[in-house]
Amino acid sequence: MAEPVLEVTGISKQFPGVRALDDVAFRLFPGEIHALMGENGAGKSTLIKVLTGVHQADGGRMVLDGEELRVHDPTHAQRLGISTVYQEVNLCPNLSVAENIFIGREPRRFGRIDWPWIRRRSAELLARLDLDVDVAAPLGTQSLAVQQLVAIVRAVDLDAKVLILDEPTSSLDRGEVERLFAVMRRLREDGVAILFVSHFLDQIYEICDRVTVLRNGGLVGEYPIGDLGRFDLVSRMTGQELRDLEELEEAAPAITRGKRLLALERAGRTGAITPVDLEIHEGEVVGLAGLLGSGRSELARLVFGAEAADTGRVRVGEETVALRTPRAAIDRGIAFCPEDRKGDGLVMDLTVAENIVLALQAARGWTRPLPPKRRDELVAEYIGTLRIQPPSPGTPVRNLSGGNQQKVLLARWLITRPRLLILDEPTRGIDVGAKTEIQKLVVSLADDGMGVLFISAELEEVLRLSHKVEVLRDRTLVAELANDGSLTPERLLETIANGAS
Amino acid sequence: MSVMNRANLAHLTRHRLFWPVAVLVLLLLVNAAFTPDFLTVKVRQGHLYGSLVDILRFGAPLIMVSLGMTMVIATGGIDLSVGSVVAISGAMACYLISEGHGLTVALAVSLALCLALGLWNGLLVTRLKIQPIIATLILMVGGRGIAQLITGGQIITIDQDSGFSSIGGGHLLGVPVAVLIVAAAVAAAAVLARRTALGMLLESVGGNAEASRLVGIRASGLIVLGYVFCGMCAGVAGWMIASDVSAADGNNAGLWIELDAILAVVLGGTALTGGRFSIAGTVVGALIIQTLDTTIYTAGIPPRTTLVFEAVVVTIVCLLQSPAFRAKVARRRPGGPVPPPTDPPPADKKVEIPA
Amino acid sequence: MTTALALPAVHRRHVPVLVTLGLFVLAFVTGALRYENFGTAQVFADLFIDNAFLLVVAIGMTFVILSGGIDLSVGSVVALSGMLCAVGTSKLGVPGPLVIVVVLLVGTVFGAAMGYVIHVFEIQPFIATLAGMFLARGLCFTISEKQISIENGFFDGVALNRITVPGGVRVSAGAVIALVVFAVAVYVLHWTRTGRNVYAIGGGEQSALLMGLPVARTKIQVYAISGFCSALGGVLFAFYTLSGDGLHAVGMELDAIAAVVIGGTVLTGGSGYVFGTLLGVLVLAVIKTMLTFEGTLSSWWTRIAISVLLFAFIALQRLVGTRRRARSASTHEPATSAHEPAA
Repeated sequence: MAEPVLEVTGISKQFPGVRALDDVAFRLFPGEIHALMGENGAGKSTLIKVLTGVHQADGGRMVLDGEELRVHDPTHAQRLGISTVYQEVNLCPNLSVAENIFIGREPRRFGRIDWPWIRRRSAELLARLDLDVDVAAPLGTQSLAVQQLVAIVRAVDLDAKVLILDEPTSSLDRGEVERLFAVMRRLREDGVAILFVSHFLDQIYEICDRVTVLRNGGLVGEYPIGDLGRFDLVSRMTGQELRDLEELEEAAPAITRGKRLLALERAGRTGAITPVDLEIHEGEVVGLAGLLGSGRSELARLVFGAEAADTGRVRVGEETVALRTPRAAIDRGIAFCPEDRKGDGLVMDLTVAENIVLALQAARGWTRPLPPKRRDELVAEYIGTLRIQPPSPGTPVRNLSGGNQQKVLLARWLITRPRLLILDEPTRGIDVGAKTEIQKLVVSLADDGMGVLFISAELEEVLRLSHKVEVLRDRTLVAELANDGSLTPERLLETIANGAS
Repeated sequence: MSVMNRANLAHLTRHRLFWPVAVLVLLLLVNAAFTPDFLTVKVRQGHLYGSLVDILRFGAPLIMVSLGMTMVIATGGIDLSVGSVVAISGAMACYLISEGHGLTVALAVSLALCLALGLWNGLLVTRLKIQPIIATLILMVGGRGIAQLITGGQIITIDQDSGFSSIGGGHLLGVPVAVLIVAAAVAAAAVLARRTALGMLLESVGGNAEASRLVGIRASGLIVLGYVFCGMCAGVAGWMIASDVSAADGNNAGLWIELDAILAVVLGGTALTGGRFSIAGTVVGALIIQTLDTTIYTAGIPPRTTLVFEAVVVTIVCLLQSPAFRAKVARRRPGGPVPPPTDPPPADKKVEIPA
Repeated sequence: MTTALALPAVHRRHVPVLVTLGLFVLAFVTGALRYENFGTAQVFADLFIDNAFLLVVAIGMTFVILSGGIDLSVGSVVALSGMLCAVGTSKLGVPGPLVIVVVLLVGTVFGAAMGYVIHVFEIQPFIATLAGMFLARGLCFTISEKQISIENGFFDGVALNRITVPGGVRVSAGAVIALVVFAVAVYVLHWTRTGRNVYAIGGGEQSALLMGLPVARTKIQVYAISGFCSALGGVLFAFYTLSGDGLHAVGMELDAIAAVVIGGTVLTGGSGYVFGTLLGVLVLAVIKTMLTFEGTLSSWWTRIAISVLLFAFIALQRLVGTRRRARSASTHEPATSAHEPAA
């Protein structure tokens, strides 16, 4: 094979408290499409940020076209020929398509910008990729797919040798993906090295030549795509090597299923999740398994009304309801601990006590405050039960550790006595002790008759807690597996990788 | 100093009201040093009398306006129209009185008008989803026109002896009426904010709008309430200002008070980005501004140069609140605290891509 | 398909400006039909003569608003510039042209300093320019509490001289200067990289940064331009009034912002034209003139009319400009959505 156009070795990057990248090596050859795969916290974004100069690596070497160098910032990366196109296009929606391709390097005639040339040249560049777009139209009026292609055109015209496509397909429909892939193939023929990040396994196998897998900030390996089956790829990404899984202690929990709490009937939302059927019963823990970006959180948010379903029906008990807002869901006994604790969950300005009573108070309205005594009792009770540290209600919640913040979030919903509790990655990024406590809590809540929708990237945890596991893949529910003792980790992993068949 | 005391002191300096109060006390002491009797409060003809009483009395309108502004800023908004509302309220009250209506009618109608104006602002922000600065700019521009429309472009002067004059200049049980009104308003606001759940929910909405939505808070109603409260506070301040001179001046009443009010709120420790607010802090902030005015006046400096001082104060306070500024200072000072990294530890999430 | 979709979109961008143009024509024609001596070229020219300073200030404001910022200090800088002109010529006896150069320099540096604070310390433009507003106004009063009249041959000459253009219409030097500034602004915004960078930053500062555009320099430039225009506006105001006063131009920032918005520029930045600003100023001017001709209608109707127009245009922008981005399917709201995409 030819020399790699880009080669990094021994890349490490430390953030306070986290080793984001540890001695990672990565190669990219001209004329290849290379997938970068990994789950949450694998280090994909950090690696891309190091390659594009957003972050500086703590150690390691980077060689571009045979020359060792350091990338100072994204502009510098662009000048060196490393361009990135993000899912959320980083162009200016208010400027015309043509201008977006040429801004910052507009050709000038007699001291003024040569607009006719820019328009002509843009049309040429787009035509070369079989795109028929009005170059004078504002970029914002174009579809996201076209915007991405414009971003690619800009990058390529900047003489990109390395083109990083960071989840470009997340919001595209099938036809748009085809169009993007056609452009990618053409660029591959022209010798551009493309680094492709996507959560869609099908797409990886369709378009990529080789794949590099990262896990927990470390390099797992680099493989030609043909040599790595889906099952192997997924097990390498999730770190669920088979021998680890075999050691997994038992524990399909006893099924004590009660009345039906919630049913989704072909409920879905365009661009987020294809229509699904799903039932949750009293006392049942339903696990949601799937890779990052498979639609786990989208499904949870749909059930909670954070984003309303645009097709199908949602039934709570026997009643058909439109869960258009979280308020509507909460009023029907549904509670939701979001994945992003800091961004979507806690109010960092407020104290532990205030965060705990927030949901209950929101339901009562501002005119009916909780009586101070009752409020203090409730807060003290849940700080005690959940063993929140430090046990002082007046501490600003921002001063708590991740595990304790998660417990505050749990306490907030538990005092509302919900019938269905949705937990999106409740154990991520928290210490082992707190993790075990939360797992035990889930079991005991279900024993008391609460329905739980439990999302976790850790298969072990999902298997240990759930009565049944819903497997999501590429934003679609592909299988429902009863966890009755016959469900093996291999089978779960197999389903995540290959679908139901 | 014993270890215990030092710990107490450290605790004290960390209190959010420590610095505002310290600045206020310092200003008062400076005045006391230059003006004998500055800190004395005497009873003369049955009225409380002295520089401190004057500061409270003349500061009353600013405290009122700042009080309302605090609620709006807590929601993450801002209200630029308060100066105009002050003018409208005073104009309406004076107009009605000059037309021979009773005091009660005049006050009720003008207050209702201010309520409606606050509602207008609130609905622009919540229904039309216009940025607060822009939404309230509309009334800021037009409000003075409305005030002049009411007064017919004249300065309406009213009878000194009418009950209206006592709002700004009268005394009740020896205490200036304006001070009593402010005290009542502050108490009412404190009760409203802290005895009901309003304060906490407002702070939640201003502190994290998305989390508040996901916890089921109906933010629109709270935000509208904030603007309505702010409008009414400005209305009462409008009475005070008009009553003080027994006249309504649509052009100049409440000129620049929105800026002073924003400054008072910020000085009091409420962040412009919303979230945690402090009513006591705002009162102290407004008193600082009023004391500064008094100081400059007694020092014989032309009063309008206060603006230069205020510019300096605004700049310093905002720089101190700016994370970028703190980080730069900390970096320059060896041994200073290391600024927190701008990027949190990496989790493979799209939000963190510099988009 | 895309072309078919894009064509009305291009037109849509021009809608606000066309509306303003229509509004101006309507107002002017109404005036011409209603009042004697209204529909003359001289009245039209007077719109420029009486509002030259506002036009210049509003053009500076257009740059700032296009970049996504705001400048509240312009009115104060106008007053300060007028004050400096008065003191420089009448108290210190410095030659007029020299005073003007110094004043323009002071204004530009003042603006650049605010831009520096806004960019480097990440302080909201609203707050930083508010401090600037206090400072400039306070400096005026520090210089003099009272009005100072300008007694200077150069200023008198420029102020009182009228240039007769073909058709017998007489215009002031101020109006000519304002139109020159307008022409330069159109050129800069449309045909230079600096101008395009202003639009790009208004469309999305992060994007502009990632595209490798000089964001820091452009942001500081924008406030420097606004400072320069305010200072020049102050000089023109001094020509117009032949005096300096700390109470001059109170609230002019609001008029300037209103003119820019009525001219169709989106307050969140990235979309708009200087030509729109010219029309916005003319609309304000024609309203004032009509009220003068009416005689019985009072001046406060100007303010009310302005705010009604302001509301109408902001509401129009919301309606035209709302383009809901489908929530990014995989995770959370993208950071860029903070910048409302301009229509």
